Amino acid sequence: MDRISQMLSDYNVLSAFWMTVQLTVWGALGALVLGTIVTVMRVSPVAVFSKAAAFYTNVVLYTPLTLIAFFFAFGVYMKMRISLVPLSSPHVTHSFLMGVVALAVYHSSLVAESLRSGINTVPAGQAEAARAIGLDFGQSLREVILPQAFRGSIAPLGNTMIALCKNTTVVATIGVAESALVMKEMIEMYADLIVPIFVIMATGFVILTLPLGLVFTWWSKRAAVLR
Amino acid sequence: MTRSKMWALAGAAGALALVLSACTGSATPGDTAGGAGQKIKIGIKFDQPGLGLQEGNTFTGFDVEVAKFVAGEMGYAANQIEFVESQSAQRETMIQAEQVKLIFATYSITDSRKEKVSFGGPYFIAGQDLLVRADDTSITGPATLEGKRLCSVTGSTPAQKIKADYPGVELVEYGTYSMCVSALESNGVDAVTTDNVILAGFAAQPQYAGKLRVIGEPFTEERYGVGLKKGDIETCTKVNDAITKMVETGAWKKALADTVGKSGFEPDDRNPPTPDACS
Amino acid sequence: MSVQSVLFDLPGPKARRRYRILAVVGSIGIAGLVVGMLWLLRAEIAPQRWVPFTDPVVWTAYVLPGLQATLLAATISVATAGVLGVLLGVGRLSHNRLLAAASGVFVEFFRAVPVLLMMIFAFYLFIFTRVFTGSAASLAGVVVGLTLYNAAVIAELVRSGVHSLPKGQTEAGLAIGLTRGQTLRAVLLPQAIRAMLPALVSQLIVVLKDTALGYIIVFPELLQSAQRISANYGNVIVSYFVVAVIFVLINWALAVVAGRAERWVGTRQSGTVMTATNEAMPPIPGLRPVQPIDQIDD
Repeated sequence: MDRISQMLSDYNVLSAFWMTVQLTVWGALGALVLGTIVTVMRVSPVAVFSKAAAFYTNVVLYTPLTLIAFFFAFGVYMKMRISLVPLSSPHVTHSFLMGVVALAVYHSSLVAESLRSGINTVPAGQAEAARAIGLDFGQSLREVILPQAFRGSIAPLGNTMIALCKNTTVVATIGVAESALVMKEMIEMYADLIVPIFVIMATGFVILTLPLGLVFTWWSKRAAVLR
Repeated sequence: MTRSKMWALAGAAGALALVLSACTGSATPGDTAGGAGQKIKIGIKFDQPGLGLQEGNTFTGFDVEVAKFVAGEMGYAANQIEFVESQSAQRETMIQAEQVKLIFATYSITDSRKEKVSFGGPYFIAGQDLLVRADDTSITGPATLEGKRLCSVTGSTPAQKIKADYPGVELVEYGTYSMCVSALESNGVDAVTTDNVILAGFAAQPQYAGKLRVIGEPFTEERYGVGLKKGDIETCTKVNDAITKMVETGAWKKALADTVGKSGFEPDDRNPPTPDACS
Repeated sequence: MSVQSVLFDLPGPKARRRYRILAVVGSIGIAGLVVGMLWLLRAEIAPQRWVPFTDPVVWTAYVLPGLQATLLAATISVATAGVLGVLLGVGRLSHNRLLAAASGVFVEFFRAVPVLLMMIFAFYLFIFTRVFTGSAASLAGVVVGLTLYNAAVIAELVRSGVHSLPKGQTEAGLAIGLTRGQTLRAVLLPQAIRAMLPALVSQLIVVLKDTALGYIIVFPELLQSAQRISANYGNVIVSYFVVAVIFVLINWALAVVAGRAERWVGTRQSGTVMTATNEAMPPIPGLRPVQPIDQIDD
């Protein structure tokens, strides 16, 4: 017990999980925005946009997140010298931001697929009615289709958010000090405590993802469109 | 598909899994029998240019050369040596589990490691140093790193050491040294830090010829030893005799010049070292 | 319905002109983005960085062994996860409360814990206990992590597959004198597993992608191959790009197979199984079931 408390004073597990929460929240926001844009492009009447969106979704969906994280942390930031903040900012800011961007990009494809499935739950009559009253593509999407599609895709979106929360561990590979990296370091320093370390970290994720799942289940039931 | 076929398929999948795991499992137990006529398994790094590098189907580097010489002195012909990858985190375990007989893998002799394994050698004294672009004269040592970007491998001790002593340094961490060196080449970072001989290994690669330079002011002491089973004085003595002979015959110097030396790297006056007494 | 066909009217001459302008602007924008990226990376993708890949040894010594390790880990994991997942799914459907609860806790726990944490844990546990050492420890760590997570996902697929079957199937089984266990084994499971097939193939994509996490426990898979190639030739961007293309091609082929399986299953059975993604939530009353899509969760 003493060694566990000694270890917990050496390694800040809470701040590692705080990092996980931050990555999840910002990554989720980015994924929602990007995913919505991609979905709109995908269902747009302009073939170039829908083809580009389909290509993007599939390529991102079939590439391991580890590689996407490398691409942003190394290819974009280190080689292209592009970042969301001035290049003179501290390196930890850059790796955090690139972690967020990688998570947002990777999960935007899942969000796009969720929304597309949500759009498929909207009966054709809704779109026809929207057109019949004279709404154009943008208006019918904004006023009629997407609001219903969002409600229909809350359940798969919830799963995407849970997946995102767990996938934040992958950005450990680009050196963001979140839970997986801290766990690895703790195991290397306190080899004898490997089982308690795993239990602590795993419990942390159960605490994070379980309420997320419950909230989304409740929400999707509440928002379900009665037909 | 009929029901029996379904179960047959499931059974086949299970059997395949068993066979596959059996195949990989059989590679695990170490063959440690020494002596002529048998193979010797030696642990090296596979991804460290100039020291232990898998180059196509062969292995090159200073660690590899020393390993070959020592194994030769112990009575093994070149074709009796089997090189196995020994990652940093696994070096002690691989010796304890008798998966390898010897390890030559930039393996620093430390007291905490001596609790689990014994060491022959040292066969090289390295020290932490800096790798910079050849045309960059602004960095002459750790004290001149203020405000510069220094790259090292995630969570590695060299990086922590610099960070503790020089808080003004901007630490950049990537998963591998190849990424750090590549970032250095394209001005993404200003310096890379780890043991001088590892840095020299990168500088010696043809694609970096004339582009990178090791500062040459090592500020720590890392004594590279030969990892072997704890308490195996017989093997340790053989290893030490071989290293002594390698140094005396000039083979040591030649091996160094042919590998990391190609970058213009000269070992400092702590080298060549005299092996410690075996215990 | 095809969404595209009802979202907008057949374009008239004005709309067609607008679409054409948008298409041109869009093409220029996308091309500009690609060209800009290539320009910024011009030093990294210069011809000499590709030269190593014209050497067959680079393929036989690095790429193919890495691919083999990736496929090996994925195959073992899918097989073990399939067996464990079916057992857990059946356990969860069991009328033995204790067994059902135990399976439930197992499934929910391992679905909540990131695969990477399980891999790191299993890897170090094997090293410390010396059950496996060397590269076998890495492989075992990857397989254990992937097996535990995917078994939990497959268990949920089995459960939802059985639940999606018409009630009459169970009733008919019981009516002809089969026990509950026999009904499950002989009537429900075969149908459920068949219905699961497309989702299972999609899950294979997840498994294959997740083998790349083995990188952090130094499993010599494709990413590790890229790392070794770049240690030799200093072509980091090109090496990782080649590996990414390999991943995309294999997964794309798997997605095609999953689509075929879906059509094949669709023509043969009545119950539907939602994909792994949709199944973390219970079916929502009042909502039409979400059609299985080629979506992948991890």
